[in-house]
Amino acid sequence: MSLFDIAFYFFALITVASAALVVFSRNIIYSAFALLFTFFGVAGLYALLGADFVAVAQLLIYVGGILVLLLFGVMLTTKLVSVDMKTGTLQALPATLLFAAVAGALSGVYIITDWNVLAGAPDAATTAVTIGDMFLTTWLLPFEIASVVLLVALVGAAMIARRDARSKPTQQAAL
Amino acid sequence: MEPLLKGLLGNDIITYVIMAFVPLLWVVPYALFAVWLERKVSAHMQDRLGPMRVGGWHGWAQTIADILKLIQKEDIVPAAADKKLHFLAPFVVFIGSYAAFATIPFSSAYVGSNLNIGLFYIVAVSSLVVVGILMAGWGSNNKWSLFGAIRSAAQIISYEIPTALALLVAVMLTGSLSLQEITKYQDGGMQNWILFGGPASLPGKFLLMPFTFVSFIILFVASLAETNRTPFDIPEAESELVAGYHTEYSGMKFALFFLAEYANMFAVSAIAATLFLGGWTSPFGSFLGGPIWGVFWFLSKGMFFVFVQMWLRWTLPRMRVDQLMYISWKVLTPWAFACVLGVGFYLVM
Repeated sequence: MSLFDIAFYFFALITVASAALVVFSRNIIYSAFALLFTFFGVAGLYALLGADFVAVAQLLIYVGGILVLLLFGVMLTTKLVSVDMKTGTLQALPATLLFAAVAGALSGVYIITDWNVLAGAPDAATTAVTIGDMFLTTWLLPFEIASVVLLVALVGAAMIARRDARSKPTQQAAL
Repeated sequence: MEPLLKGLLGNDIITYVIMAFVPLLWVVPYALFAVWLERKVSAHMQDRLGPMRVGGWHGWAQTIADILKLIQKEDIVPAAADKKLHFLAPFVVFIGSYAAFATIPFSSAYVGSNLNIGLFYIVAVSSLVVVGILMAGWGSNNKWSLFGAIRSAAQIISYEIPTALALLVAVMLTGSLSLQEITKYQDGGMQNWILFGGPASLPGKFLLMPFTFVSFIILFVASLAETNRTPFDIPEAESELVAGYHTEYSGMKFALFFLAEYANMFAVSAIAATLFLGGWTSPFGSFLGGPIWGVFWFLSKGMFFVFVQMWLRWTLPRMRVDQLMYISWKVLTPWAFACVLGVGFYLVM
């Protein structure tokens, strides 16, 4: 077993085990923290595939942004509504059907696709440069549209925060 | 160092394990020394002597005695705490701060992993610390811990923006995200440091210097906030929150938080030194250069900023929360944007 294989199985194990914990945990805060390890494992798999930029972007955006936002959401709301946030099983039949459909589709794609298998680990020396070049040449329009979408989100977030501050100016002094 | 070890041992796995543990050989003794130094610096600033007895000369063995005491202490877990999260948090925090050392070049011969996107990686893994701190705050089931953790997370996330923009200035000048490349770009002496405009010709240097100087100061101020150091130590404000997110920790777990904090202090100092003060390159050109002296220069530059952090801690009062947010969003971020634009214009011309 080469080092590459060991690393792959290590990250795969982390990803699958923590993803199972995310889904099966009864306590929502455990689910949120288990996501940390899922994101970490997926980032490791990306890095093994030679997509180092994607791996780091995954850590930055999902762990640094989305996970922290999620944790803030859970932490600030559980005490407010004084209801224990638990996950439970609802709508078992439709959920099973949906799960079967998605799992079937994914397995189908996995089997049908003609995978491009490379010998050995791909070279990740110039990914950042290549991605930068591509963004500003071939994919300039999608890149700009994404930036406009993000700008709109930013302005919207600022709008919501401002309106809150005007109507209840003393609310945020507590934190 | 990596090819040498591979040749010597003939085994990839052992080589990588050794490569991974090298920074630890510096971080642990450094943390013991820095805790002692912090106590000495604070004592002398307040006209005291500080620890003087343990070990003889100026109490040099004080922190060694302290760590021996901490190892023997009972590990107290509060009855109402969330045991699993309470246990896991110190490890996540320390892993987050130690992971940053993976791409910091200690010398021309040693860098844990010469990643092509090293700087981007450092920005990303520092978010692991935020999650660990939130874990500690929530797991302790204590209002002070939770407040400390939430304040800390809010602060670190806000200050990531000016930090990243200030880092961008150095990246734009060198055209690389690899810390080893950025260091090599500044080789050849003090005048080539990015702080003084990098190795540009004379008129260009004077055009660049104001931008690089300001972005260095922005980086340093923001990194103080990222490590929760005074004047940004609101997350552990003793007068309000006991000790912030590590209030409920004792023994070795508390020591691990402490180790992570001091490791972080050195990591941000090392990053500032690498990006703006030439990292392991000698300030006098080829005089005292080479891989071994490189380690010396790198560690001295880093330790100088660690000392500045201590100096500031015992000089400045703590900020209020609104002042903290004002500095991040209305002072540092716009000026950092101005620096990025200025350097961008220079590079286009």
